[in-house]
Amino acid sequence: MTDTAASLRTTPLHARHRASGARMVPYAGWEMPVEYSGIVNEHLAVRSRAGIFDVSHMGEIEVAGKGALEAVQRVSSNDAAALKVGQAQYAGLLTPEGTFIDDMLVYRMGPSHFMLVVNAANTVKDFAWISEQVKLTGDAACVDSSSRYALLAIQGPAARDVLQPLTGVELSDIRYYWFSYGEVAAARVTISRTGYTGEDGYEIFVPPNMADRVWQALLESGRHADVIPCGLGARDTLRLEAAMRLYGNDIDESTTVLEAGLGWTIGWRKSDFIGRERLLEQKERGLARTLVGFEMLERGIARQGYAVLHQGNRVGQVTSGTQTPFLKKAIGMAYVPTAFSTPGSQIEIDVRGRVTKAQVVPLPFYKRVMGSGVI
Amino acid sequence: MPYPADRKYTKDHEWIRLNGEIAEVGITDFAQDQLGDVVFVELPDPGRHVTAGESFGSIESVKAVSELFAPMSGEVLEVNPTLKDHPEAVNAKPHETWMVKVRLSDPEATGSLLDSSQYEALTRT
Repeated sequence: MTDTAASLRTTPLHARHRASGARMVPYAGWEMPVEYSGIVNEHLAVRSRAGIFDVSHMGEIEVAGKGALEAVQRVSSNDAAALKVGQAQYAGLLTPEGTFIDDMLVYRMGPSHFMLVVNAANTVKDFAWISEQVKLTGDAACVDSSSRYALLAIQGPAARDVLQPLTGVELSDIRYYWFSYGEVAAARVTISRTGYTGEDGYEIFVPPNMADRVWQALLESGRHADVIPCGLGARDTLRLEAAMRLYGNDIDESTTVLEAGLGWTIGWRKSDFIGRERLLEQKERGLARTLVGFEMLERGIARQGYAVLHQGNRVGQVTSGTQTPFLKKAIGMAYVPTAFSTPGSQIEIDVRGRVTKAQVVPLPFYKRVMGSGVI
Repeated sequence: MPYPADRKYTKDHEWIRLNGEIAEVGITDFAQDQLGDVVFVELPDPGRHVTAGESFGSIESVKAVSELFAPMSGEVLEVNPTLKDHPEAVNAKPHETWMVKVRLSDPEATGSLLDSSQYEALTRT
């Protein structure tokens, strides 16, 4: 990996990661920490206490101007008009076929100002696509503002207690999938009650030159609760337990929103959006295949790309799979014919030549127990 | 962690400790560190013949699967019973946690294997 290190991008926390002994790997064109103390340890810390992540590789694309809402409504699967200022929603950025150019969070910063948070590997592609669409709708501007933000996440049941002493923002006032502005450790930030772990927590947009300061402040504030830095490895196992889709694994330009089980992100009531016609057709016709969750019934771990078999015939493909640290089971997601998609259906996975029994289970695999707080 | 001088190493990061015609095989500290948390080790049944360089099993960490390659040829006599329920022993004590015991076909056939200092040099490149 040292060969390509020169061409990889780095986040403002890169030196901090290296100095702290994180294992660094190339990911989506960036050199990112994959683990600090070990994936299992980090995963369990987030489920039981909290963990801190550097996800500054994520892209931010802003759309503003009189026609901003119209433009966002056109490119997003979800209904952005339903968002109040200060609210966010998950959505697909779709091809005319109803498949995924990317998935994203849409933040409504102002009545005519939106920020789309997209995957690192897709930022350039997304920006080109969105710019083109914005031109068609007119009267709005589109900016790739990714370099203006570092993005830190604190995730886990202790997240609020760790973050609250560092900010004047009353965190209990920020509802799930809402955001607010304020200071954290004297840095001007945007605090969003969102995440990619299945736990409660916050994502904090920070000016790059303040990222290390905020990172250190979070670690210091969390020290008494044994809050630890986490890498992308634990982020992946955490999101899989929570059945959150990963672009490039579970969704891509060949899978539709409906096949991916993300029909809830479609704003059917809005007048039009790219992909609508095909999705409507697919909805009426019915789905040939569906993304499901499965558990291995025999020893073996399914991995991305392994074949799903039914009575010896290849019927689908695993998109994500691992042995999960918290549930301590081998689980995964796969596209299978809709006939085998009901929980309880028996399937088999080809684990490197060995036919291994598995069973379709409901998603998500893991759902946190909601506290009494405002969700 | 130093690499014990009482054994030989492969470029694929296995170690083999010879005791007459019987040898123990495991993976190195470098290998376990690269793999991360080991969650499953799949090993051959006793009685199976393995050939030097051949894949004889696999080791799964949370993030990936890797193959295990036989350092030398022989017959598998025994697999380490603790690994079934405690695969994490590979992370904790890689140089003490043997995976298989093998009766070697030719105990002298150590030609392409590395000694501990050669192996250590390999891990630093």
